[in-house]
Amino acid sequence: MMTALIAAAGLAKLYRMGDEIVRALDGVSFEIARGDYCAIVGPSGSGKSTLMNILGGLDTPTEGRIVIDGADIGEMDDDALASFRNRTVGFVFQSFNLLPRLTALENVELPMIYAGAAPGERRARASELLARVGLSERMGHKPTQLSGGQQQRVAIARSLACRPALLLADEPTGALDTNTGVEILNLFGQLNREGATVVLVTHDHEVAAATRRTIEMRDGHIVADRANAAEARHDAHV
Amino acid sequence: MMRTSDLVASAGRALRANPLRSALTALGVIIGVASVVAMVALGSGAQAQVERSIASLGSNLLIVVPGALRGGGGVRGAAGGWDSLTLDDAAAIAAQIEGVVAIAPSQRARTQVIAGGANWNPQVEGVTPAYLVARDWEIARGRMFDDTEERQARRVVVLGATVAEQLFPNVDPVGQTVRMNGGVFEVIGILESKGQSGFGMDQDDIVLAPLTTVKRRISGRQRRADTVSQISVKAASEDHLSRIQDEVEALLRQRHRTREGEDDFTVQNLSSITEAAAQTTQVFTYLLGGISAVSLLVGGIGIMNIMLVSVTERTREIGLRKALGARQSDILQQFGLEAVTLSVAGGIIGLVIGVLGAWAMTSLFNLPLVVAPQNAALAIVFSGLVGVVFGAYPAWRAAKLDPIEALRRE
Repeated sequence: MMTALIAAAGLAKLYRMGDEIVRALDGVSFEIARGDYCAIVGPSGSGKSTLMNILGGLDTPTEGRIVIDGADIGEMDDDALASFRNRTVGFVFQSFNLLPRLTALENVELPMIYAGAAPGERRARASELLARVGLSERMGHKPTQLSGGQQQRVAIARSLACRPALLLADEPTGALDTNTGVEILNLFGQLNREGATVVLVTHDHEVAAATRRTIEMRDGHIVADRANAAEARHDAHV
Repeated sequence: MMRTSDLVASAGRALRANPLRSALTALGVIIGVASVVAMVALGSGAQAQVERSIASLGSNLLIVVPGALRGGGGVRGAAGGWDSLTLDDAAAIAAQIEGVVAIAPSQRARTQVIAGGANWNPQVEGVTPAYLVARDWEIARGRMFDDTEERQARRVVVLGATVAEQLFPNVDPVGQTVRMNGGVFEVIGILESKGQSGFGMDQDDIVLAPLTTVKRRISGRQRRADTVSQISVKAASEDHLSRIQDEVEALLRQRHRTREGEDDFTVQNLSSITEAAAQTTQVFTYLLGGISAVSLLVGGIGIMNIMLVSVTERTREIGLRKALGARQSDILQQFGLEAVTLSVAGGIIGLVIGVLGAWAMTSLFNLPLVVAPQNAALAIVFSGLVGVVFGAYPAWRAAKLDPIEALRRE
């Protein structure tokens, strides 16, 4: 039995919109084990983005308690959250979010700069990671000189820079064509097999089917939480 | 926490990304600092010039002239218009007042001076040898006449630089003769050049002759042989100057049997004139500096404007940096450093341009170039301060951005 990396109990997030109070999350409880590969799915407005922001330490819950890798998100101040995002979470975004003026190598180094790593150490780690995502030939390229798939690989390498406990991907295939999307999903699958805990946030059930577990959300609640069949995951390789 | 080297590299990269914009932003500070530095240097140069030229009259000097400068009631003659000062007054001052180094009565006259085919109309001053001490004046060539020659009313003269040049353009004047008022005088020395006085007079347009000689042969005064037109009193130090002034006034009132307010003489304190003139130019310097400082302020506002634009443009980048673990203080420092780099770089370039400008202007107006190191340092510190003050708000805005909102921005 693996220990739980994420433990959430009774999470709620309330927004005030004019006179109305919107419950983006309403009594959400779940656990995600270390080494799990999990998708959070739901249509827009289901609360999955809010949940992702809280998982990533970008936002804090209004009610309830969520502990990730031993850290209580609701208890942390701004600097502690910044440090949490830096060391515990690796973000992968739909639109890659690489800094256009930096090379692939420098983009991967960026989180380590905020961790205060020494330049030599940083460079070695970044080139090792780029080699791992198959881009050792493209380290000096700027994002504009890379294809979408390559850019997302750089972003994945960046997310791994500070050896995070959790990889958090927000629609990572949303801006890619089908084949490239499959490649990226395979990369996540491989990272998971090597031990990474991966959480994908998506509205696409086909993407979700590539993971081991799907948490389905609707109107701020979890409406389904099921294990995915192994065959479905293999479909992604086709 | 970020390493300082990474912080500097990151700010530098951001500034280099938009070189033209960075240069134009810094230009505001460059112009501001350059004008402050140039104006203050120009003002200080003018001040130094005024002080120097007034000091050339002689330092720690009191000048006693006949007549009252400050009129009360009744009819008053102009200062210098009465024959109220005498050689005995000068002797009494020398005998009774302590702290006086030199006392030099003198008689002023104006007459044609002729040498060969040339003639000139300088100031002729009948003096005692102490005059040179009182006025801090040196002999450039030849010698000054001594007390014996003075008493014996010898026909000798010492020429000022201008007079020497006018009358003897090609030969050494020492040993030559000049004619004044029908008499022949031997030139025994040439005075060192003093240039213009603070009041715009050529101090070198002068001929010094023994006082007795001038009284007898040139000024032609018949009524009283012992009056003088001026008594120069040199104090040992500036500290004694106002005391000596008071004592001279009291002594002369007693000797002339006058009451305060009815004086028939005036004691001029040159150092107070110097001070007043220096103060005037200093006010002028502050005024110029203050006006220029306004342009520095405008430069600061330019920095703030561009930094705000930059924060808006880079919202997404800021959101990403925060998502990747940048603290508020990291973002604050990065943007703050960008602003300070712009303003300090502008300050340094402005300082160089300002000094060059001051050099050009001072050489144009023939003033000394005065750039105090502390003023230069102040210009740099002040421009850095402009960066801090005007960069603070944009940097704070950047640091406070909500990463979720910022990442959503296109």
